Amino acid sequence: MKSIEELKAIKAKMADKVAVRNTTGDTRIVVGMATCGIAAGARPVLNAFVEGVTAAGLADTVAVTQTGCIGICQYEPVVEVYTKDQEKVTYVKMTPDRAKEVIEKHIKGGEVVAEYTIGAAKI
Amino acid sequence: MDELSLYVLDITMNSVRAGATEISITLEEDAEWLTFTVSDNGCGMTQEQVKRLDDPFFTTRTTRKVGLGIPFLKMLAEMTEGYVKITSVHESVSEDHGTCTQAKFGKNHIDFIPMGDIVETVKTLIQGSPDVNFTFDHTMPDREVHLSCAELKEILGDEISLAEPEILMWIGEFLNEQYAGAE
Repeated sequence: MKSIEELKAIKAKMADKVAVRNTTGDTRIVVGMATCGIAAGARPVLNAFVEGVTAAGLADTVAVTQTGCIGICQYEPVVEVYTKDQEKVTYVKMTPDRAKEVIEKHIKGGEVVAEYTIGAAKI
Repeated sequence: MDELSLYVLDITMNSVRAGATEISITLEEDAEWLTFTVSDNGCGMTQEQVKRLDDPFFTTRTTRKVGLGIPFLKMLAEMTEGYVKITSVHESVSEDHGTCTQAKFGKNHIDFIPMGDIVETVKTLIQGSPDVNFTFDHTMPDREVHLSCAELKEILGDEISLAEPEILMWIGEFLNEQYAGAE
């Protein structure tokens, strides 16, 4: 059973780590979580980004955040990626698998996954 | 939306966007009915806004012209012989402001949908708004599940955000064990 004691242990372990954390983040991954996003499957996409970024050991520099309706509901789940050197990239019709690919290629490798961007979507 | 837990997420997001600092999510189940209640201390709505909630072409947002959250919830609740009740006090009216949304569903009705991953909904809310004090209570005939963000913050202090991956993971396991516990 998960105990409060265990939470205290996590706290002790994290104390030093949090002090050096760059919370502003060089990179931001923003997931649309309004009714349109949620109905289209944004919750598992957000989860895939949170878990993927943590598993890749990037939690210190990459922030995963939520936002409301971006205004292009027909393309949900929509994910925006802000990096220091590139223009904002908007990914559309995202899935957990696509999220893993974006972390691997774009977040880690710096290569935008062009086929999932709004520019590549048929309008 | 094909999971009730997604409706809970969607409705609770309204409280988050209303600037609430305290949000309580309560689910109560018996053999026949499931009732969920989300109450907050957010900015509240005016009487005029409350009246227009059923209207899908009413929304306060500016990014699009339709608001489907409440109409979706109402449709599902009424399809299963249940209801949606919303009471709200706008911040211009009283210092004791906020909104309470209650939805009741007939569990045995053919149009009822599965709960889905409610733990994922709670984790998503905390990840998005770690500063909000969510309380989550799910009462079933054979068990109770409880989480209070304020209690967790008392242990963790101000330094550590509830959105830290390690903490979120602990919260997920903590809730899942409570759900599995009484089986």
